Amino acid sequence: MEITLTHYLAVAAVLFTTGLFGIFLNRRNVIVILMSIELMLLAVNINFVAFSAFLGDLAGQVFTLFVLTVAAAEAAIGLAILVVFFRNKGSIAVEDISSLKG
Amino acid sequence: MGFEKFLFYVFAAITLFAAGMVITRRNPVHAVLYLVLAFISSAALWILLEAEFLGIVLVLVYVGAVMVLFLFVVMMLDVDIATLRAGFIRYLPIGALIAVVLALEIFLIVGPANFGLQQFPSPVPAGPDVSNTEELGLLLYTLYVYPFEIAAVILLVAIVAAIRLTLRRRPDTKYMDPAKQVRVKKGPDRIRIVKMPSESAAVPAVAASAAPQESTE
Repeated sequence: MEITLTHYLAVAAVLFTTGLFGIFLNRRNVIVILMSIELMLLAVNINFVAFSAFLGDLAGQVFTLFVLTVAAAEAAIGLAILVVFFRNKGSIAVEDISSLKG
Repeated sequence: MGFEKFLFYVFAAITLFAAGMVITRRNPVHAVLYLVLAFISSAALWILLEAEFLGIVLVLVYVGAVMVLFLFVVMMLDVDIATLRAGFIRYLPIGALIAVVLALEIFLIVGPANFGLQQFPSPVPAGPDVSNTEELGLLLYTLYVYPFEIAAVILLVAIVAAIRLTLRRRPDTKYMDPAKQVRVKKGPDRIRIVKMPSESAAVPAVAASAAPQESTE
């Protein structure tokens, strides 16, 4: 029995739910939340590449490249915000990010 | 075909194990290192799917740049881990419930009945003279050239935003501005003429002490 598309989709599904679970589990720690988002984006990319290979259409791989670009930009800006926040508050707990709450 | 399947299971297992470690490690540095492991083993999965260029890009760009940025920030911030771990157990049941339900829902759809070999036959392996990078480049610079440019603009925006967010003028550093030094003019920049009233009548004590010196001259 060969490797089917289901195998790849199952791996991506488990990876996506792991990322989602990580957000619930570490809901105070912004760094681990960012890492969980990276895991979810990786799962999406695995789906894109798997469908691209099995359908013989390279558009999926092109789109994966764009997703990688956006993910890199998101990580850079997110970490920059984190650094600024840590500089002002001395903490990165999510509960402390409530200054705008009335 | 057996060896390829063995490789798939090994890399998939390593990816999922590393992902699980990412979200459960106490130390964020360990979490980032496990995330690197997850990215590298999923790059191997992509190479198994004959997406060689993307696999190499994932290792070079993602592991080489983005993950190092993560590691840099994690090591730079002096994070108190104990307070961040409070409430770890509190949200575990609801999180686990939602994750399991979501996984079951996805497995209902992606099972072999819908995405098996009948519907999606295995891709024909490309010959040795087919270059994935070349094909991707041909597509990227012709059909997808406008999205490609937009991706470049997004990266530029990310650069500008990240630099602007973290830039700060520190008042205690003494720095010279060479452009300002070069632009200085002879007249108003070097000499400042202050209009003020004559002080001879206002300060008689100074005038009295200066008077004998003038008389000796």
